[in-house]
Amino acid sequence: MRDSSPLRRLLAATLLAAPLLAGTALAAPRTDIVVGMQLEPPTLDPTSGAAAAIDEVVYANVFEGLTRFGPDGEVLPALAESWEPAPDNLSWVFHLRPGVKWHDGTAFTAEDVVFSFDRAMAPDSTNAQKQLFKGINEVTAIDDVTVEIGLDEPKGLFLSNLAWGDAVIVSPASIDTDKTQPVGTGPFKFSKWVQGDRIELVRNPDYWGEPAKLERATFKFISDPTAAYAAMMSGDIDAFPVFPAPENLAQFQADSRFQVIVGSTEGETILAMNNKRPPFDDIRVREAIGHAIDRKAIIDGAMFGYGTPIGSHFAPHNAAYEDLTGLSGHDPEKAKALLAEAGVTGLKPTLVLPPPTYARRGGEIVASQLRAVGIEPQIVNVEWAQWLEQVFKNHDFDMTIISHTEPMDIEIYARPDYYFGYDDPVMRALIRGLDFTSKDEERNELLRAAQERVATHFVNTFLFQLAKTGVADARLRGLWPNSPTQATDLTAVYWAE
Amino acid sequence: MGRASAIVGVVLVTLVAAAALLSFVWTPYDVSALDIAAKLQPPSAGHWLGTDHFGRDVFSMLLVGARVSIAVALVAVGIGMGLGIPLGLAAAARPGTLLDETIMRGNDLVFAFPSLLIAIMITAILGPSALNAILAIGIFNIPVFARVTRGAALALWRRDFILSARLAGKGKARISVEHILPNLANLLVVQATIQFSLGILAEAGLSYVGLGAQPPTPSWGRMLAESQTMIAFAPWLALFPGLAIVLTVLGLNLLGDGLRDMLDPRLRRRVRT
Amino acid sequence: MLRYVLTRTASLVASLVVASLVIFLVLEVVPGDPASFMLGMNAQPETVAALRSELGLDAGALQRYATWVGGVLSGDFGTSYAYRTPVSGMILDRVQVSLPLALLSLALSTAIAFPIGLWAAARRGTPTDTGIMAATQVGVALPNFWFAMLLVLLFAVRLRWLPAGGFPGWADPVAAVKALLLPALALALPQAAILSRVMRSALVDTMSEDFIRTARAKGLTRWQVLTRHALRNALIPVLTIIGLQFSFLLAGAIIIENVFFLPGLGRLVFQAISQRDLIVVKSVVLLLVVAVVLVNYVVDLAYLAVDPRLRRP
Repeated sequence: MRDSSPLRRLLAATLLAAPLLAGTALAAPRTDIVVGMQLEPPTLDPTSGAAAAIDEVVYANVFEGLTRFGPDGEVLPALAESWEPAPDNLSWVFHLRPGVKWHDGTAFTAEDVVFSFDRAMAPDSTNAQKQLFKGINEVTAIDDVTVEIGLDEPKGLFLSNLAWGDAVIVSPASIDTDKTQPVGTGPFKFSKWVQGDRIELVRNPDYWGEPAKLERATFKFISDPTAAYAAMMSGDIDAFPVFPAPENLAQFQADSRFQVIVGSTEGETILAMNNKRPPFDDIRVREAIGHAIDRKAIIDGAMFGYGTPIGSHFAPHNAAYEDLTGLSGHDPEKAKALLAEAGVTGLKPTLVLPPPTYARRGGEIVASQLRAVGIEPQIVNVEWAQWLEQVFKNHDFDMTIISHTEPMDIEIYARPDYYFGYDDPVMRALIRGLDFTSKDEERNELLRAAQERVATHFVNTFLFQLAKTGVADARLRGLWPNSPTQATDLTAVYWAE
Repeated sequence: MGRASAIVGVVLVTLVAAAALLSFVWTPYDVSALDIAAKLQPPSAGHWLGTDHFGRDVFSMLLVGARVSIAVALVAVGIGMGLGIPLGLAAAARPGTLLDETIMRGNDLVFAFPSLLIAIMITAILGPSALNAILAIGIFNIPVFARVTRGAALALWRRDFILSARLAGKGKARISVEHILPNLANLLVVQATIQFSLGILAEAGLSYVGLGAQPPTPSWGRMLAESQTMIAFAPWLALFPGLAIVLTVLGLNLLGDGLRDMLDPRLRRRVRT
Repeated sequence: MLRYVLTRTASLVASLVVASLVIFLVLEVVPGDPASFMLGMNAQPETVAALRSELGLDAGALQRYATWVGGVLSGDFGTSYAYRTPVSGMILDRVQVSLPLALLSLALSTAIAFPIGLWAAARRGTPTDTGIMAATQVGVALPNFWFAMLLVLLFAVRLRWLPAGGFPGWADPVAAVKALLLPALALALPQAAILSRVMRSALVDTMSEDFIRTARAKGLTRWQVLTRHALRNALIPVLTIIGLQFSFLLAGAIIIENVFFLPGLGRLVFQAISQRDLIVVKSVVLLLVVAVVLVNYVVDLAYLAVDPRLRRP
């Protein structure tokens, strides 16, 4: 072992050769950006696929809808300049922005809007959020820049539904190729896709609004958190808006080359239970599990402190939020007593965990906390495809950990056939009431009642609101801190001198 | 050199085996109990090899991980020997027949599949677990043992003592078991050691991509995978499981070489000349 | 001899048919539906059904097997469920990463192993030999993904000499080779350790053959004998191992391709499995199997041509 010189010599040779290979530094200010993303979008058409990654590339950059979400979740005008509802709230007239051009040079007209809605609502539509269009009965072009949308009944969230990525307007001329070569109306044009590696966008010089400050943007796909860390550290990536490893944020924070951008997301992370399957059909068992869980330990252990405890299925940054964490405070003794009362012993439930860190790490901590009150969870790690099939579709699970990232999605508790199987007429009435109320105050009242309903029924154990933890080069400006919807809006991003 | 390295091999393998056995009765800390408040502590008197991101004792996890690695690799070798040796013996007893041809082509077919990919596919179907890792590694041990057995048995069938056994009226199956197999023992033991060490590496690879033993059971490969993002500020987390793998595989390889020198008189002669 | 060629060819065809059936059947039972996966949590059942029929997933198993094999035979691998682009194009793209990576690591491992093997053989029995062999033992025991982690930490994160991963494409050959250097090294070192051991023992074996003794007796030095005579004869086992390593490197780089996020064949299959893009998995696995089976076939026939003893069955 003493004489290992060949290896050492090899290493020395490599060490000497390496500086020659190193790249040259770039001069500031730059007009390009390399954005890191964990998942690659499978296609680039947001109207025919569910993957969040599609919107994270094209939303607001390439494609636009009639309305859009702003950086804090507010609904803003986009392709529609303005709109007015009919007095009965059963139809809306949208005034489109004149002079807008598709990236292929053709003119954007009201016919494109009609086409997009008809396509999304058709029987053979493959829109992943088809429920957004439920209740729309007709979309008609009044003239080139005016569209009327008729509704079966008033919809409280109508304008915000239209802002989703799944409701963007597509062109009939390019719809067949949008999956691989999207043609939109946004500030960036699609340029190139090297599958498995990156997607490149270039600035759209003919954009109707204020043009983007960057000339080109590259989205690079790095699924492995270690590789993501290495790519940031080595400067291969300029910004990673949703950085997958919270444990590395402290290092980025300590390094003056980087800025860490922490914001909120719409992701309620929950320990979901199969309410239809014994013993989880017993409210005492669900309450016991709520008290067995220590949210702080989970946030510290799994997310390295990033995340806000929640006591119901609602985002803390929302005006209607109510802090209900006290209902299910950490109290192992109470949990044991409740389990004894329910007559449950020797419980060995399955705990199905999808791939994200919050689930895999959170799951190990949850399992250890449940063991402390006499429940022996059996961890089953699954991939997304399997989670969707086994848990979401076939409801074959006892417990699972999942973050529900859609905005304002407490309405899932009004769907009795939803995977966790909560069936409650009161909850259904509350959610239905929302469609008939457009006054903020009344809506918030209903939303608070809904939060209380699911919290006092301990439907699931509500763990924490997922934080948006982004890392970027310290000189970058204009990135969204929060994540009101899945998007990486680069319109306002630029390099400081 | 041979003897010294064999001794090193024996010492290493004994140490790892002892650690695995010890973990059944004692570990410094309970590896299934998390202590978030004590996370990521560097090595100290309290935690010899530090703690991980859940505050678990790394040394204790390595002890239990040894048990998992050894169990997976050992059973996988068992599967390979249990199915591969009979197949190899059967093929050698009737060379050139349809049976022989089928077995050997079957072997080629298994060899032709990229092993890690198949392991990933198996675990995609059955779900990740230590058991399925055993299965995935075991399948690829079968053709190895079948081929080694057949090759060596073919040569034996031409030997005089086998011919006399046949003249005495013994059947092919009986000769295979009574005369061929004992003469292959040395060779198979050496091959088993090699496959054992390859099994340890394969298990580490599979559990590194998340397809081996599932939490809360610790495994070396998963410890490496989980510590990867923390390597820059908690290097002990990536260092020790990696070293454990290297030392175990190294020990087994040295032991295998030593055994071959010791058990194979032909080789020993050659080494001496 | 003709009979041997015929039976060998028949068994080749049989192997391929069996392999394609095995691959197809295995993927039939993989849980998880590509259509539901693509549409996600809020998809309506009729939307999923529409997509299933668009992807041709609602046909019977036999029909889909026939369509697949028929397509592959005519060079049409179908369209990826996930990316909606032709699978053949994706495979071609990925081969441009995997093949150079395999070749580069093969070249590195050979370049490391040859001198080391020669040196150890020349100094057989000396402490140098012992030291080299001990080092190679450690090399053999090294899990390549762990070694890769250490390489990234040193060269990409600490020193920032080489990229941490990714692949810029062949438009810039220098950048492309730089991107492949660390992954190739991570793959090559454990292989080099194996190769140098084989090299040494093959050399040591041939050194004890009669013709070598004759050469020594004629007054050639040990080093001359080694390089002029022994090396050529030792090349056969060494080349066999290199051949084996090549097919291993082509398909076995999955983990390394993941560590360095290289868009290669291995990672393509790995991702495709988790996305349930089974049409990609099927075709790539079949392609790799066909490659190995064909190589075996050619090698068997080549042995036949070289070694007349094999001609008698």
